[in-house]
Amino acid sequence: MMQLVIRFLVGGVIVSLFAVLGDVLQPKSFAGLFGAAPSVALATLALTMLTEGKLFAAQESRSMTAAAIAFFLYASLCSRVMMRYQLRASVAASSVLTLWFVCALGVWWFVLR
Amino acid sequence: MKIHFDFSVLRKVRWYEYAVRFLFGGSITVLAGILAKRFGPVFGGLFLAFPAIFPASATLVEKHEEEKKRNAGIPHTIRGKQSAAVDARGAAMGSIGLVGFALVLWKLLPVWSGGLALLAATAVWIAISVLCWRSRKWFRSALR
Repeated sequence: MMQLVIRFLVGGVIVSLFAVLGDVLQPKSFAGLFGAAPSVALATLALTMLTEGKLFAAQESRSMTAAAIAFFLYASLCSRVMMRYQLRASVAASSVLTLWFVCALGVWWFVLR
Repeated sequence: MKIHFDFSVLRKVRWYEYAVRFLFGGSITVLAGILAKRFGPVFGGLFLAFPAIFPASATLVEKHEEEKKRNAGIPHTIRGKQSAAVDARGAAMGSIGLVGFALVLWKLLPVWSGGLALLAATAVWIAISVLCWRSRKWFRSALR
């Protein structure tokens, strides 16, 4: 239980720090880079290395490669949908999230498993 | 356009907007840990590149841009959506850096010390993301 609380706090702090960086940086297209910052990965992998070892973390990183490609497709489609169809950011970002799940889980099912 | 810091933005962000992002970040980190423990590192690793913060960030960018226009006496504008789209394009470039980050860790973790590998991977994320941003004109036409 204590480990989960530490994970929650470390993850929350690192994600918030990257988010604040994204808020204060200009121009917006540059700040957008921080929307895909490796904040969750940094928090998770650092703690995983301590508890499960480096090889476990390396295996996680391999899967992360596939998920990052899914993230690229997700963010690209979000940008396109918001620009072309003038959808609200919350609607576009949450509905296109399905694409991330399909791509990431698809690669896991057919390639990584 | 030159990269610079605009700290006045922090005054416009409300406390609950920080809280939401803290909550999202903490929750997805816990979830990634639980999934890796329950289903193994290959499945759990997928959630290290889950777009946890992007939906909240894009929504905030849109909201703040619309507020700015409303305060300037323009009630109906598409500027907020356009700004969110630009933010998303930035995230797409950052995610290419994220692929580099993951590849570096996958290859270096078994042979380097953990801290050094994390540092190297973060440096690679910054380098690739900035390089992509510098070639954003190409991106703009490719994503159009």
